[in-house]
Amino acid sequence: MAEQVTMNQDGTAAIESDGVRRRDFINIAAVSFAGVGAATVLIPLITQMAPSKDVLAEASTEVDVSAVAPGQTIKTIWRKQPVFIRNLTPAEVADAEGVSVDGLRDPQSLQDRTVEGRTNWLVTLGVCTHLGCVPLGAAQGEVKGEFGGYFCPCHGSHYDTAGRIRKGPAPTNLLVPEFAFLSDTVIKIG
Amino acid sequence: MIRIGAFLVGLFFAGWLIVSFGVGAAAYISEPPQETAEHAFHEKPKALTLASDGPMGKFDRQQLQRGFQVYKEVCAACHSMRLVSFRNLAELGYNEDEVKAIAANWPIQTPDIDPATGEATTRASLPTDPFPSPHANETAARAANNNALPPDLSLITKARSGGAPYIYSLLLGYQEPPAELAQRFPDSMPGPGLNYNPYFANLNIAMANPLGSDGIVTYSDGTNATREQMAKDVSAFLVWTAEPTLEKRHQTGWAVLIFLIIATGLGYMAYRNVWAGVKH
Amino acid sequence: MSFSWAKHYEPKSDLTKWLDDRLPLPRLVYGAIGAGYPVPRNLNYFWNFGVLAGVALVMQIVTGIIMAMHYAPNALVAFDSTEHIMRNVNWGWMLRYAHANGASFFFIVVYIHIFRGLYFSSYKAPREMIWLLGLVIFLLMMATAFMGYVLPWGQMSFWGAKVITGLFGAIPLVGEPIQQWLLGGFAPDNAALNRFFSLHYLLPFVTAGVIILHIWALHIPGSSNPTGVEVKSESDTVPFHPYYTAKDGFGLGVFLILFCAMLFFAPNFLGHADNYIPANPLSTPAHIVPEWYFWPFYAILRAFTFDFFIVPAKLLGVLAMFASILLLFFLPWLDRSPVRSGNYRPLFKIFFVVLLLDVLLLGYLGGAPAEEPYVMLSQLASAYYFAHFLIILPIISKIEKPKPLPFSITESVLGKDNTGIAGGPVLQPAE
Repeated sequence: MAEQVTMNQDGTAAIESDGVRRRDFINIAAVSFAGVGAATVLIPLITQMAPSKDVLAEASTEVDVSAVAPGQTIKTIWRKQPVFIRNLTPAEVADAEGVSVDGLRDPQSLQDRTVEGRTNWLVTLGVCTHLGCVPLGAAQGEVKGEFGGYFCPCHGSHYDTAGRIRKGPAPTNLLVPEFAFLSDTVIKIG
Repeated sequence: MIRIGAFLVGLFFAGWLIVSFGVGAAAYISEPPQETAEHAFHEKPKALTLASDGPMGKFDRQQLQRGFQVYKEVCAACHSMRLVSFRNLAELGYNEDEVKAIAANWPIQTPDIDPATGEATTRASLPTDPFPSPHANETAARAANNNALPPDLSLITKARSGGAPYIYSLLLGYQEPPAELAQRFPDSMPGPGLNYNPYFANLNIAMANPLGSDGIVTYSDGTNATREQMAKDVSAFLVWTAEPTLEKRHQTGWAVLIFLIIATGLGYMAYRNVWAGVKH
Repeated sequence: MSFSWAKHYEPKSDLTKWLDDRLPLPRLVYGAIGAGYPVPRNLNYFWNFGVLAGVALVMQIVTGIIMAMHYAPNALVAFDSTEHIMRNVNWGWMLRYAHANGASFFFIVVYIHIFRGLYFSSYKAPREMIWLLGLVIFLLMMATAFMGYVLPWGQMSFWGAKVITGLFGAIPLVGEPIQQWLLGGFAPDNAALNRFFSLHYLLPFVTAGVIILHIWALHIPGSSNPTGVEVKSESDTVPFHPYYTAKDGFGLGVFLILFCAMLFFAPNFLGHADNYIPANPLSTPAHIVPEWYFWPFYAILRAFTFDFFIVPAKLLGVLAMFASILLLFFLPWLDRSPVRSGNYRPLFKIFFVVLLLDVLLLGYLGGAPAEEPYVMLSQLASAYYFAHFLIILPIISKIEKPKPLPFSITESVLGKDNTGIAGGPVLQPAE
């Protein structure tokens, strides 16, 4: 019985015989399988942090807006974030439509941001596009900023009556979530 | 020194245990423990075969829908199912609109707060709501049920050691107490408001026979609603409520096991390779 | 390394040289579990279980940290947050079942590891410190497992916490204040749950620290082996890598197959149905039992049914239960036989088998209801347990005539050893 074990440079044992290549292959295959297995285990370990089923189930919400008079704004919650639903007065609609879109930082018209035939209903996320503060202007008596829409007190972003960024550091207009009127008084967001 | 100390400690513990054994054994022989009614009359659950059994088990969705109907029309009047939400019913094969309709039309409404007054009120349920409890709280549940608390059914097949066969046997196990019970253990005869059921731990259960006769449910798929069928279907449904992820568990398990068996086979060959020529 | 023929780490690339000069971590690993650690060539599969225990601890820590991201240690919501993990969190059911069954498999592996040590007397000089540190790890594991079982806040969680902390109440005078201090109240509630969660998260890392000491202490004399004869020459050993990394890799595969079969196809088999009922301080389960890995100790606890003069039975049971583990700390000085391996100790071997059966019986009795004949049987079985370690072992190590030992590991494997003088480093292994 040969006792001699010679060691390769990489520390693996090699036996001087005909089977070297096949044996190397099996060792490599075994280590590869272990590697693939370890990598696969990472999938559940990582995806467990993604939103869970109960969170995903609340991805859409329905809001009754029958009590919102022109000029009023309500705050509601969608996906754990504030949503402003604003019933614009005719003056505010005219104000928003009177602005030339070309000169805006994020060029969008009021029509782009509302549903056809109901341009007085402005639905936006109540999250400043700068760094995520909740802008003022939804509740009665709050500062509405220089353009009569919303004003973010954190870094002084001013939004107009169509929720468009007009002044300050915010890069884009207030986000309009996907929404639809299920009836004259019920809005489905998301 | 250590060994002398150890010897004395060992002698003390072992000696006192032998003395205790002697005294206990003498008592056991002179006064053998009396047989209890539970020991004499309690029965093990009957065999029940469900599609979800075993490592290959899958849910029979048609059966789960029937079981859900039994829960809805029979059990839900007293038993909550608070860990399951209406949205979960989609897994039984109901589509989005059906789930919405089931939630909205559920006979018990979801507690809420009136947005105008702040007072407690109820509203129709949404798919995201868990099944509302038929009772406001435990006290109300006891008051309505002769001081017995109907257990929540979400986890019931995992929370009883007999599992689904236990639920099935219990539902079909209502019977007249045997004459022998009245003779030998008159104290174990069902008292007022209790019912004899040999599958229940202490033989007397507060719940009245819920599946008293055939046909108390009319299955929408036309299956004949015998007592046996209803008990089976609702047991299958309660296996699902206790573990909705069962199917995924079985599927994942096979994939993992097959991979591991191949990997371990390769590992064995690699191990033999490395050790080839080294006697050990 | 204590063996002169142990290979030394030689960094090859510029990067590894650079690293070796500044932080010789690869060198440490190379010497600890790499080619630089010479290990007896004749280890059998029972020597796989140390590595498996380490893997089990890592699995527990990984799955535990993840569950802590979703679990809420508050008595009002703990049960529901556990079910939230089972029902809503992505792969949560798998992670929780892996954690629950992982605890059981950790104990299975550690029990085999301990009994390996008992049979081959791995606790004897010069390895006493490895044994003592191992026992510390075992105690830490038991504390961690107990507190972990409380966290789902089911019926068994609650009543387990109540009964086990109640053991401290058996101590005269200070018992009751200690119990209240442990719980932060008069019965298990939010305060207890919160501190158990905190400690359950902490102790595994303490365990990991003690494991490092355990392995450090192991590397001073090197691994024991089935003959119990110390390593004498290079032909007695092989480098840990690749020989034992390959063997441990295969062993890990077998372990994972068994573990996954349990996890995916019988995840609740080792659990108790009552823990799927939310904790209810007003209603005790008909039959309170701890998790299976505590059953032998639970049987010893319940075996004491009679007061010993002024010492109440309850206190005796508690003392005996702690003594049953503490006595293992004295084992290196109780068993004085110069022969390590049970293979060469005919009398010891018989009593070892009796002890193994005795502990299995204690395990069965600990899980049985507190009725006759189980209590009487557990009295006999507990009596043997104490007698075995404290009386029988010291005596047989005196009177036993061991079988002749092989000269060396090489001789035991090959039937001959031409290396000649014991202890001398031999560079050229024999043909």
